[in-house]
Amino acid sequence: MSLVLEAKHIDKYFKKPVLFHVLKDLNFTIKKGEFASIMGKSGSGKSTLLYILSTMDTDYEGKLYLDGALVTGKPNKQLSRIRNEHIGFVFQFHYLLSEFSVLENVMLPAKKLAVKTVAEIEHDAMEKLRMLNIDQLAKKRASRISGGEKQRVAIARALINNPSILMGDEPTGNLDSHNAENVFQIFKQLKDEQGLSLLVVTHDMDFAQRTDRIIQMEDGRIVAQ
Amino acid sequence: MINWKVILGIAKTHLVTKMKSTITASLGVTFGIGAYITLVSFMTGLNKMLDDLVLNQTPHIHLYNEIEPSEDQPIALYEEFEEAWNVVHSIKPKQSQKKIHNALPILKYLKDDDQVKGATPQLRAQIFYLSGSIELGGNLVGVDILEEVRMSNIQDYIVEGTPEALKNNDNGILLGAGLADKTSLNVGDRIQISTVKGDIFPLKIVGIYQSGIADIDNVQSFANLKTVQRILGEAESHITDINVKLNDIEAAGPMSKRLERQFNVKAIDINEANAQFETGSNIRNLITYSVSITLLIVAGFGIYNILNMLIYEKMKDIAILKATGFSGTDVQLIFMSQAMIIGAIGGVFGLLVGYILSRLIDNVAFETEALPTISTYPIEYNTMYYIIGISFALLSTFIAGYLPSRKAKRIDPVKIIRGT
Repeated sequence: MSLVLEAKHIDKYFKKPVLFHVLKDLNFTIKKGEFASIMGKSGSGKSTLLYILSTMDTDYEGKLYLDGALVTGKPNKQLSRIRNEHIGFVFQFHYLLSEFSVLENVMLPAKKLAVKTVAEIEHDAMEKLRMLNIDQLAKKRASRISGGEKQRVAIARALINNPSILMGDEPTGNLDSHNAENVFQIFKQLKDEQGLSLLVVTHDMDFAQRTDRIIQMEDGRIVAQ
Repeated sequence: MINWKVILGIAKTHLVTKMKSTITASLGVTFGIGAYITLVSFMTGLNKMLDDLVLNQTPHIHLYNEIEPSEDQPIALYEEFEEAWNVVHSIKPKQSQKKIHNALPILKYLKDDDQVKGATPQLRAQIFYLSGSIELGGNLVGVDILEEVRMSNIQDYIVEGTPEALKNNDNGILLGAGLADKTSLNVGDRIQISTVKGDIFPLKIVGIYQSGIADIDNVQSFANLKTVQRILGEAESHITDINVKLNDIEAAGPMSKRLERQFNVKAIDINEANAQFETGSNIRNLITYSVSITLLIVAGFGIYNILNMLIYEKMKDIAILKATGFSGTDVQLIFMSQAMIIGAIGGVFGLLVGYILSRLIDNVAFETEALPTISTYPIEYNTMYYIIGISFALLSTFIAGYLPSRKAKRIDPVKIIRGT
């Protein structure tokens, strides 16, 4: 099975307020179509790791490969392009652009990528929304919908460019159990039906145990995977 | 690759949803540019009016015979005292006439010159205006009135009567407005003048001349050149002044120097005659521009503030845009284009406001004794001011937008998303 993500000897230091070794020589891989979760206590470095993997944080040592290609050390412009094209991201707090409609929020990354025409993008976006059962919200302002709906919109946005991997930073952390279950089912479905690779940081033991693999972190090290 | 459609779409949404700040920021630019246009149009209009007031009555080159002492006193020619330190007391002006020697050939020469638009002869005479037993001292200037009309704006200053009326009347006089008031005379009346020698002539008032400068209007009148020559009992070639108007005013300096050497007369060019006037105009322009620039800088700070606030408000949006694949440059362009849109809209409205205000001022009545040709406040309409205005609007918003947008470019999305 081919690898979507490979991390080699990742080291990370926080320099402020005092020098602190957050991540200590991490090595792991995510296979194609794998649904992995990262667990660990607060301060174990799991979110920090995720932001490095997402290419947003470039201040680390070690090497990171995405789809077999080295991304470490690339200029910011290219990293933006990689995020846009290959990585979908879902945050704990929905993080939609509140002034735009739901549909526009979903379309934005694809418009940035500018591979398809606007009509095609709109069609794709509607399809993603329909898949997540929120197509009736398409024309609503993003600030006017409920929290669970927002998270689903965020997932639709993360999927719009058909990324290689979907990353989540506590995507269910801010949702009630019903909505959290909903999000999990969506992820599961994406993995099963579309073979999407997922990597999710979570606190939720229930959630993690139902994923293919748990990467357990403690004090900046992987203790079990 | 920069996707302008997406960037402008986001910028537009930000501006439309934050209508209030957008309008406030645009109004800042509008007022700045509007005030600049109004001020600069009004001030330059005023400057031009004041310049014209003096410059219209100043020929480009004025030729006359200066009464002055000889450069070389006789002793300087005496070889024996060549090495000596000579002291001459009580020097007198050189014995010479006030008239220009060979005036008619000079006139003909000037009229044939390509650079010269026209040359008019004048004869200035010291006279007294008689009103009963009162004698008022003054000048009578003999002119070729139709040539003067062609060369200078004399007709603008003839407040009653016409230049033609003078031309058609051998004994006509265009009386200075101040003199007309003092002697309580009007067009159609007769006035007696007396020459320095004591000869008395009656002249018919065919018009009133008002330059707006009281010192002139109180003493100076115009008559036909021939009339004045006759009054003085002089020949047709007796001319004291020649006024030259050139096609290109810039040529006045060198040409006056050339004429001075060539004809052995005194020649004063317009720049020399109005040097102090130029200084005044320059300083007024300086004031206009410094006030305008201050206004525009204030407007620029307004934009800077509003964009700064907007960026703080949009911190999360910026982070999310970056997380979903927008580069720092994209984000910077989003905010830059917002600034530029504000600048362009505010600037265009500013030009409009400026134009409307100028129009209003242009129509406000402004009548004063001193300025017979002016009935409303003067405004100078010049496309250049509008070009400068819009350019400055765009430039200042560019600078005001650049600094905050650079900050937006550098925002680290991880910090915002993690809330640290």
